[in-house]
Amino acid sequence: MLEFPRWKKIWLWAITLLAVAAALPSLLSMTSVRWPEALPDPMVNLGLDLAGGSHILLEADPAQVADQRLENMEESVRAVMRQASPRIRIGDVSTSGKQLSFMVDSAADVDRARELLLPLVNGTGLTREWDLRVVDQTRFALSPTASGVESAVTQAMDSATEVVRKRIDSLGTREPTIIRQGDTRIVVQVPGLQDPEQLKSLLGQTAKLEFKLVDQNALPADVEQGIAPPGSQIFPYAAGTPFEGTSVAVRRLGGIKGDQLTNAQQSFDPQTNEANVTIQFDQQGGAKFAKLTSENVNKPFAIILDGKVLSAPNINEPIRGGSASISGSFTTDTANQLAISLRSGALPVDLAVVEERTVGPDLGADSIRKGLLAMGVGSLLVIALMIFTYGRFGIYATAALVLNVLMLLGIMAVLNTTLTLPGIAGFVLTIGAAVDANVLINERIREERKRGRRVVAAVENGYKEASRAIYDANVTNFIAGVLLFIFGSGPIRGFAVVLIIGLFTSVFTAVTLTRMWVAGWLRRARPQDLHV
Amino acid sequence: MRLLKLVPDDTNIKFLKWRVPFYVVSLALMAASWALVFTQGLNYGVDFAGGQEIRATFTQQAEAPIPQLRDTVASLENVGDPVIQRFGAPNEVSIRVKLPPEAEGDPAFADAMTRTITTALQAEYADIRIDGVDSVSGKVSGEFREMAIYALLAAMLAIAIYIWVRFEWQFGVGALFALVHDVSLTLGMFALFQMEFSLQIIAAILAIIGYSLNDTIVVYDRIRENLKKYRKMPLPELLDLSVNETLARTVMTSLTLLLALLPLLLFGPASLFGLTAAITLGIFVGTYSSIYMAAPILIWLGVDSHSFVPEESVADRQDKVARGEM
Repeated sequence: MLEFPRWKKIWLWAITLLAVAAALPSLLSMTSVRWPEALPDPMVNLGLDLAGGSHILLEADPAQVADQRLENMEESVRAVMRQASPRIRIGDVSTSGKQLSFMVDSAADVDRARELLLPLVNGTGLTREWDLRVVDQTRFALSPTASGVESAVTQAMDSATEVVRKRIDSLGTREPTIIRQGDTRIVVQVPGLQDPEQLKSLLGQTAKLEFKLVDQNALPADVEQGIAPPGSQIFPYAAGTPFEGTSVAVRRLGGIKGDQLTNAQQSFDPQTNEANVTIQFDQQGGAKFAKLTSENVNKPFAIILDGKVLSAPNINEPIRGGSASISGSFTTDTANQLAISLRSGALPVDLAVVEERTVGPDLGADSIRKGLLAMGVGSLLVIALMIFTYGRFGIYATAALVLNVLMLLGIMAVLNTTLTLPGIAGFVLTIGAAVDANVLINERIREERKRGRRVVAAVENGYKEASRAIYDANVTNFIAGVLLFIFGSGPIRGFAVVLIIGLFTSVFTAVTLTRMWVAGWLRRARPQDLHV
Repeated sequence: MRLLKLVPDDTNIKFLKWRVPFYVVSLALMAASWALVFTQGLNYGVDFAGGQEIRATFTQQAEAPIPQLRDTVASLENVGDPVIQRFGAPNEVSIRVKLPPEAEGDPAFADAMTRTITTALQAEYADIRIDGVDSVSGKVSGEFREMAIYALLAAMLAIAIYIWVRFEWQFGVGALFALVHDVSLTLGMFALFQMEFSLQIIAAILAIIGYSLNDTIVVYDRIRENLKKYRKMPLPELLDLSVNETLARTVMTSLTLLLALLPLLLFGPASLFGLTAAITLGIFVGTYSSIYMAAPILIWLGVDSHSFVPEESVADRQDKVARGEM
C-alpha cells in the first residue's frame, strides 16, 4: 500500500496539477488578473441564480395544435372541392368532436370526393396522418390519427422554437439558451436580463394577424350576446381600444392571414401621431390583400390579432401596394413589440409561461459573496480542527482539502458544468465531508498503534482497513447524487454535479494523495513513533 | 504539541443497553412525524404549491414596510393570500403567494399573477427593487411533487440494495430502516415548525441520506470485521464494541460537517438557509440513527458470525478442520 514507484508519483502529480491548472481561469476571472489568451481557458459557468438572469419555461397546449389542424383541413377540403371540375358541393361542415365531418350533396360525388381527399390525408411521411371514413353514404368523417397529431405537435414546436429564437435575438441579449424540452415545452434562459416582463410579453404574444370581412348582416343584439350568424364568428375588441367591451361578427371564410410578410415596422400615424405598425406583404400576400380590398370597397374589414379585434376600418379604396398600417391604440412600446413579433413570424401555437425563475444581478453577486465567505470560514474551521486533532496527518489532510476544492473547480470547468447557488452549498458540504476519509484513516492508524503495531504497519493497515468503508460510503453517496441529478432540475442539478465530482476528487486527494505524502515522509524520516 | 482528543481512548459506553426504550421513542417520533405531515401538512414553497415567491429590496428604507406590503398584495384581484417575511437584511423581503383555486387548469395563471403583483408593487413603492421572481404554475408544481417522491424512494431503495449486495440482507434492511427514520424525522420537523418545504429541501434530504449512510456504513463495516474476529462474542456486546470503536470517527466527522456548514447557516445567502438548516438537522438525526436504529435492528434480524461464513470457502474450512482448528 505504501509503495509508490516514481512513474506513479509523476502520474498522480500530473493529474493533480492539470486539474488545478484548469481551475485557474475561473479563479482569475474573479480578480483583475488576465489569463493569457493563447492558453485554453476552461471556465465554470455561473448559473442564472448566481449570474442573474431569467429562466423561463414555455408550454404549448397540444389540443390547440389539433384544433388548428382541423381548421386548416377544413380550408383545404373546401378548396379542393371548389377547384374540382365539376365542382363538388359540400355542406353541413363541422369540426366538433375532434373530427372534421361534411356531406357531399349528391351520392354520385362520393367516389370522386374520396379521390380528392386521399392526397390530403396521406401526409408526407410513411404514417397516415388522418383516418378517412364515409358514414351514412354521403357523409365524410376525417379524424386525425395519434401519430398525425404527434407529428403536427412536433412540427409546431420546432417552428415555435425558431420563432422564439428570432424574437429573443431581436432583444439583443447575450448568449440566450433556447432548448426544446419534452413534447410541448421550450426552455429559455437569458443571462443578465434587466426586464423579464418585456421578454415574457414578447414570447407570450402569438402574433397571429388576420384580416376578415365584417359580417354586416349580423344583428347587433345577437353579436352582443355572442350569437354568430351561420358562416360567421364573433371576436371581441382588444383591451385598450375605443370599442373595448364590444364585439364584431366577421365572415369565417374569405379573409387573409397576416403571415406572408416581408417586414413590419413601428411607425406613427401622420394624422393622429399615434403609434402604429406598418406591414409589408410579400408578393403573394400582397396580391391576396389587393384582391380582398378591391373586391370589398366600402365594406369594413376587421384586423384581428390573436383573436382580438384591433380595429375594423372601412376599405375606402383598393390597397395594391402590398403595404398596410395597423392602428390599435398602441403605445410606442406595444407597437414596437408587435412589429418584432410580426417580423419573427407568428407562433404556430400559443405558449404559456408555466415557470419563471428570475434573479437580479445584485442578488446573484450578493449570493456569491456570502457563499464564498461562508465557504472560506468553514474551511478554516475544518482545517483548524484537523490540524489540532491529527497534527502532521492533519496537515496532510488540509493540503488534500485545498487541492480537492481546486481540482473540483478545475474538473467542473473542463466539463463545462454550471455552478449554481445550491452548488455552493455542495462545495461546503464536500469540504466538510471530504475530510471524513482522513478521519477514518487517521482514527484507524491511532487504533492500530494502540494495538501495538509498528509505525509502518499501522499506517499501512490504517489505509487498508479504512478504504473499505470509504469505498462503500462513496458509492452510496454517488447513488444519491446521481438520482438527484436525474430527478432534479436547474439549480438542484448544480448541487448534484458538485457532490458527484466532489466524491471523485475527495477520494483522490484524501486517500491517494495523502497516502503518497505519508509514504514519502515515512521513508525519509523513519519515525519511531506517530503523533496521530 | 499535544493533540486534541475529542473522544477518550477505549470508551465503553453501553449504547445497546437502552435499545428497546430508544427504539420505542424513535418509532413513536416517526409515527408522530407522519401524523404531523398528514394533519398539519408541509408548508410547501412555490416549487410544490405553485404561485410565486418574489424577493425585493427597499433601497431607500432601513426597514421594509411589511404590513403595508401585505395590504397592497391582499387587495389585488385574482391573487391568493400573501405570506410576507423578512429575507436577509431588514429592508429585504420575500413575498410568497400561493395559487388561488381559480388557477386550476390554467397554465398561464401563475404568470398573470406575477405580472399583477410586480406591477402593483412598482406602482406603490418607488424605491422597491425586484431582486428575484420564482413563479410556478400548478401543473409544473405537481410534476415537481411527483419527481421529489420518486427521487427519494429511488434513492432509498437503490442504496438499500447496494448495502444488501455488499453486506447481508439484514444490513440492507437496517440501513433502509435508518434512512426511513431520518427522512421521517426531517419531514416531521418541517411539518412541526412549518418551515418552507421546497425543491432545495429534497436536495438536502438526499444529501442527508448520503451522509447518514456514511455513518451507518462505517459502523456496519466494523461490525462485519468484528463478527469475523470475535466469533463467540454475544451480538449486543459486539455491536457495542463496534459502535465504541468507531465513536471517535463518528464524532469527528459530524463535527467537521457542522463546522463547514455553520458559517453557511449563519451568514450564507438567505436563499440557502433552508437547505443548510435541513442538512445540519439531518447530521444529528443521521448520526443518532446509525447508532440507535441501524445497529440494534441487526439483533432482531438475527445476524451472527455465520452471516459471513460464506466468505470463507469450503476448501478453507476443510483445511482448518484437517489442522484441527475447528
